[in-house]
Amino acid sequence: MNFRKSTMSDLLLELFSEEIPARMQAQAAADLKKLVTDALVERGLTYEAAESFVTPRRLTLHIVGLPVRQPDQREEKKGPRVGAPEAAVQGFLKSAGLASLDQARIETDKKGGQFYLAVIERPGAATLDVLAEILPAIIRNFPWPKAMRWGAHSAEPNCLRWVRPLHAIVATFGPETEEPEIVPFEIGGIKAGNTTYGHRFMAPQAIKVRRFDDYLTALGAAKVVLDPARRRDIILHDCKDLAFAQGLELVEDEGLLHEVAGLVEWPVVLMGEFDASFLDIPGEVIRATIRANQKCFVLRDPETGKLANKFLLVSNVIASDGGKAIAAGNGRVVRARLSDALYFWKTDQGPLPDYAHLGKPLDQRLAKLRALNIVFHQKLGTQGARVDRIMALARELAPLVGADAEKAARAAELAKADLVTEVVGEFPEVQGLMGRTYAELQAEDGEVAAAIEDHYKPQGPNDLIPSAPVSIAVALADKLDTLVGFWAIDEKPTGSKDPFALRRAALGVIRIILENGLRLRLASLFAEIARTFGVRDAAELAKSLLAFFADRLKVDLRDRGARHDLLDAVFALGEDDLVLIVSRINALDSFLKTEDGASLLAGYKRAGNILKAEEKKDGAGAFEKHPEANLRIEHEEHVLAAALDRAEREAGEALKAEDFEGAMHALTKLRAPVDAFFDKVTVNSENPDLRRNRLQLLAQLRRAIHLVADFSKIGGA
Amino acid sequence: MIQSDATPNSSALDPKKSFQGLILTLQNFWAQKGAVILQPYDMEVGAGTFHPATTLRSLGKKPWKAAYVQPSRRPKDGRYGENPNRLQHYYQYQVILKPSPDNLQELYLQSLAAIGVDAALHDIRFVEDDWESPTLGAWGLGWECWCDGMEVSQFTYFQQVAGVECAPVSGELTYGLERLAMYVQGVENVYDLNFNGLDGDARITYGDVFLQAEQEYSRHNFEAANVEKLFGDFSRAEAECKALLAFGEQVDDKHHKMVLPAYDQCIKASHAFNLLDARGVISVTERQSYILRVRELAKACGAAWMKTEGAGR
Repeated sequence: MNFRKSTMSDLLLELFSEEIPARMQAQAAADLKKLVTDALVERGLTYEAAESFVTPRRLTLHIVGLPVRQPDQREEKKGPRVGAPEAAVQGFLKSAGLASLDQARIETDKKGGQFYLAVIERPGAATLDVLAEILPAIIRNFPWPKAMRWGAHSAEPNCLRWVRPLHAIVATFGPETEEPEIVPFEIGGIKAGNTTYGHRFMAPQAIKVRRFDDYLTALGAAKVVLDPARRRDIILHDCKDLAFAQGLELVEDEGLLHEVAGLVEWPVVLMGEFDASFLDIPGEVIRATIRANQKCFVLRDPETGKLANKFLLVSNVIASDGGKAIAAGNGRVVRARLSDALYFWKTDQGPLPDYAHLGKPLDQRLAKLRALNIVFHQKLGTQGARVDRIMALARELAPLVGADAEKAARAAELAKADLVTEVVGEFPEVQGLMGRTYAELQAEDGEVAAAIEDHYKPQGPNDLIPSAPVSIAVALADKLDTLVGFWAIDEKPTGSKDPFALRRAALGVIRIILENGLRLRLASLFAEIARTFGVRDAAELAKSLLAFFADRLKVDLRDRGARHDLLDAVFALGEDDLVLIVSRINALDSFLKTEDGASLLAGYKRAGNILKAEEKKDGAGAFEKHPEANLRIEHEEHVLAAALDRAEREAGEALKAEDFEGAMHALTKLRAPVDAFFDKVTVNSENPDLRRNRLQLLAQLRRAIHLVADFSKIGGA
Repeated sequence: MIQSDATPNSSALDPKKSFQGLILTLQNFWAQKGAVILQPYDMEVGAGTFHPATTLRSLGKKPWKAAYVQPSRRPKDGRYGENPNRLQHYYQYQVILKPSPDNLQELYLQSLAAIGVDAALHDIRFVEDDWESPTLGAWGLGWECWCDGMEVSQFTYFQQVAGVECAPVSGELTYGLERLAMYVQGVENVYDLNFNGLDGDARITYGDVFLQAEQEYSRHNFEAANVEKLFGDFSRAEAECKALLAFGEQVDDKHHKMVLPAYDQCIKASHAFNLLDARGVISVTERQSYILRVRELAKACGAAWMKTEGAGR
């Protein structure tokens, strides 16, 4: 054990630069770890553990338990036979790196022929040298989303690029017990060493480091929290504490937390304040303003859920006045931003110059939207044209989803009007919400106003699904117009490319339909919409889009832990009513979990395999005639035939009533007769008539089961 | 009130007490760092970057250090003098250093200290902001510099300007003078800034100097500017820029003798476009094509500049 320990060494690598964008930090830390460890493993150097860290100014990697040398390598290279032509010999010597044939061995093969063999022994290189070789290449080719040149070096053709100017590199390598060595390399005029620097303002001095332990301690003393997770913990904890002390509650924001933790090396949370009169502005707008521009957290009253006129900021210094000036300064900026927001908010409620005669404030914005001829997509026309289509579609969908057609049309008409409001221009993330708020202010019907907000939903997996009929009509109209439109111009998502978020739109439609139990025949609906886009083969488009929906539904089922492979079995029946498809899947799922179900599936597969083999001989569809009663000789044949007739009848009736459990139950009665049939009856009888009739019986079994689902598409079992 | 010679009025020069003091302090600071202190360019531009001392001088290998105040016009940002933070005309302090020195961040922080921003008391931050000027065909990487949550400067390492790769890279600092002054003076409304640092009757505020202009120009930019004339201005400037570039082109295709006058026309076209944009007469699709047309001019000027002495040809 002692031996092992003394031969194991650790690497400390720190790349110290000007401020790395917060959004790139996590990926950079992951990339650094992967690139270095992969390169080491590729060179036969395995390690015990590796961890990477990142702050705004440094990217750090710590690898524990690396051997000090690569293992030795031995390679045998077979050469030409003894006496081979000179050219072959020379080629061999060259490729094996030998000076003359004296350095090669002569071996004898099985047939007694003699040939040359070169034994090439490569002693493993020192890990320090391997590091010195791989680190510069990794740094030079680091996958930053955007890299830059800087300084006098930048005039040179192959100058170093980094995310921001790189200033220093720490690279030490050595065992725990001894003074580590510096990995000898230089890149872009920067020599790797053992010097780093503390916090920019609070401890800017140079720090000599040896290995990770003292590095971490020294940074801590120099006001740098190296680990981003720890910075996040500190921020969250302090935010909650400060909020609690004021009787308030933090409005948590995971994305913002990650971002601010990437903006500071030493987080100090402070509370600021703004005038309570700004609370007239909708809470979402206040939050968006403070978040987007100031990267501050907002607080709410835990009783009422309303925003408080306080906010939390995360500074990077322990200020000499305890942070008073910083909090006051931030407060001033927040007030300035909120007065901008207030100006936008008021402006949006007033008349629009040039459009003031065109109805209520939101109608005026709609008029402007139309007049601006903003292009939605080159091939799909303007936003105005889109509004017209969504209106027509919402009106048409309304009766199908139990909504008032006029309200649905009105909501669709106003749904996009907020895109030309000042507030949405400034904060696109509050689109919809602002439309609703302005609609309420101009006394639109409540369902109409709600639909304006909800028509964008669901935006993500955790978003709410619209449930009010008018909202449903507009949400579906909006998404279906998008989907069919892009299908019509053949802009379907491919691979990872989905620039118009069509997958999300389809999943949105699916979830709205399923959670509201909407009974829609999608294929005909798609085709109908496709015709409004002037699509020639609307049925073909509907088929392709429906297949896309099936894929999305499968993903959705998988995400919810359901057996998505059953979808294929049900979808193969040509069903396009999602509610029916899903209840069939659910019934099928429970059915297959029963012993009867599993056994019937096995019987089905057996029957299917036999049929497939025999159809190869007799031709496809050769056994689809109803079996004849007078050709049954075995008792089991009679029992199965009777059971099949009954099961078909009962399952058919249950299906008519959309009673899938009932249909499955009808099929379970087939299990015993099927098992007995396979047990006792030889299908491929020597008598051709008996054989044909038995195969027809199996084909009938297959048909009966296909009433419920195409079992051949079910995996496993 | 006349100040006696015996007690020179220090507050007139104090960066924390007067707008002009802030400017003078920055001028002195950068003069001491070896920058050429230039005067504003005598044309309407949207930002200090448009000054040929930045746009053109950042191209080519010749070292260059310059600093200057540049009045900047953003017609769309007019608020009729009613918004305490937005102006359609404001001042930028522009520093351009080629090649970018290794201690540029430290120099910047020293300049903040010079105008009274104490890093022990304030929270100064470099927050990602990739700079791009579609009209100039330029981009760079850098930050917004924040002081207690307020963006007070832009800090950019130019990578490309006027379509030409920067070799070497210049460092550009752009200070928002009004914002900085509001910060150090502790004022919430730009019009309340003390301009000359004096008190009582002798006090001149930013509002005294600029409020009327903001009101009138907002009206001009949004309501009155003659659209037909502006469209004409744009086309004429565009044509003139091309004509001047053609005029300066030398037969050997290696020298150019008329870049700066041509570039002036590019600036003119850009300002005409900004005014048309403020008037709301440029549709979304047209907008892109106007930006492209200005960019083509800027790129042609950049390419021509590379054939001149100024670029260190």
